[in-house]
Amino acid sequence: MYLQIDHVSKFFPAPDGRHRVCVFRDVAFGIERGEFLTMVGHSGCGKSTLLNIVAGLETASSGGVVLEGREVRGAGRDRMVVFQNFSLMPWLSVFQNVRLAVRAAFPDWSRAQVREWTQRYVEMVGLAGAEAKRPAALSGGMRQRVGLARAFSTEPKVLLLDEPFAQIDALTRGVIQEELVRMWTAMRNTVFMVTHDVDEAILLSDRIALMTNGPDARLAEIVEVKLPRPRSRASIIDDPEYGRLRSHIIHFLVERSRLIQEEQGREASVLAREPVTT
Amino acid sequence: MVYGLVLLGLLLGLWQSAAGAGGKGKGDGIPGPAVVARTAWTMLSDPFYDRGPNDKGFGLQLASSLGRLASGYLAASVVAILLGVALGSSPTLFRAVNPFIQVLKPISPLAWMPLFLYTIKNSGQAAVLVIFMSSLWPTLANTAFGVASIRRDYLNVARLLQLSWPRRFVQVILPAAAPAILAGLRISIGSAWVAIVAAEMLIGGTGVGYFVWNEWNNLALDSVLFAILAIGLVGVVLDLGLGRVARLVAYSE
Repeated sequence: MYLQIDHVSKFFPAPDGRHRVCVFRDVAFGIERGEFLTMVGHSGCGKSTLLNIVAGLETASSGGVVLEGREVRGAGRDRMVVFQNFSLMPWLSVFQNVRLAVRAAFPDWSRAQVREWTQRYVEMVGLAGAEAKRPAALSGGMRQRVGLARAFSTEPKVLLLDEPFAQIDALTRGVIQEELVRMWTAMRNTVFMVTHDVDEAILLSDRIALMTNGPDARLAEIVEVKLPRPRSRASIIDDPEYGRLRSHIIHFLVERSRLIQEEQGREASVLAREPVTT
Repeated sequence: MVYGLVLLGLLLGLWQSAAGAGGKGKGDGIPGPAVVARTAWTMLSDPFYDRGPNDKGFGLQLASSLGRLASGYLAASVVAILLGVALGSSPTLFRAVNPFIQVLKPISPLAWMPLFLYTIKNSGQAAVLVIFMSSLWPTLANTAFGVASIRRDYLNVARLLQLSWPRRFVQVILPAAAPAILAGLRISIGSAWVAIVAAEMLIGGTGVGYFVWNEWNNLALDSVLFAILAIGLVGVVLDLGLGRVARLVAYSE
């Protein structure tokens, strides 16, 4: 496996200070090189926390992340995040936001090379003409385009998408999702995305990982998306496989994610609040 | 604008009546606006003459004050911003240093003067140090606050991009905290300008503060009044200049 999530658990200190609460436990799966894997689960299952652990912005309580056979420690330019809240620098223009990343990713390049590369990615996300605008002057959809350009422009080994379209209105979301499909088809980055949007997961992913409800969430199963590529929302909507997959995932989210958690309940009530030993 | 002009007229009228019949010449009660205006005209028409240590043009005095202000204020700003960034980035360091800052902050910068005079034995440099002390704290406090409240998102992006320390400082921390820093710099230059007049009265030699004291010793109240107005106007110009810079670095999220 290219990227290995190796039995990762995350605990937070409980408010009483003597116990710790388990967010998720023993999550293990791998992502192949060039694969698009999405994790779906309800709020509170810790999927964004897991993504931040892969990014190196948070640390795992136990277990680890292995990329190309090497354990990942801390943040690095080989893993770039597209944030739910965009996280653009508000004092920089669109062009400068992307250029900041390009400069960091390719420190040996000349000014002209950096400029050309930056321009290429700004144009790729359809923001030609808006280079000089600051994020505050852009709509949510356009801001996330800058976020995508910034992440793709560094050519990361792994692209981490943290509910990237959650704060974008529904109509624009569809357009940007298809742009993401187009960019990913051209670049074939390895992608780990978290979302709670089932249609988005099916449209974009090769495989979908389903998490049970938190606290003390587990990885329940991973389903494969056997829809032919290239996909578009129009082309997949009538595919029987799409309907089957969608109802399977929604059933899971509505019923099973909770049932599994309740089955674990007896065990979890003991385990989730365990004394701090270390 | 119109109200402002009306008010100005009223104030000038009040001033004139307070000056009364006495305001005609030197040593003869408070001089009226007309006398002060005449003095201002003479002073400003030849601002840079130099006839020995006790008779220099007002322009020269002002230039020497501004020179002191510039060196003391710039040095204080650099120190305050660097220290403020350090304090704002590390809550532990902040908790350790904050009690000392709280004790040092309320001390009038002039209280340091005897100590400076004794240790460096140079009145000019002592005055610059007084400016330094007076313009340190507002910038320091605002910078520490501004850096501490930088959104985590920006710092996370800097971490993901593995920006080197100087790059993170120049391209993320400074611009993110710039509005708060500028607010501090603006307060600082005001208090520095307030302190310099008093400092120069003490050290003598040159500067607008010395000029005011010297003219008082000459009982030339018209010159004193002119200097008071000029000090106020220069203060406004300094503040407006920094206001411009503050608008340049402002950003909306």
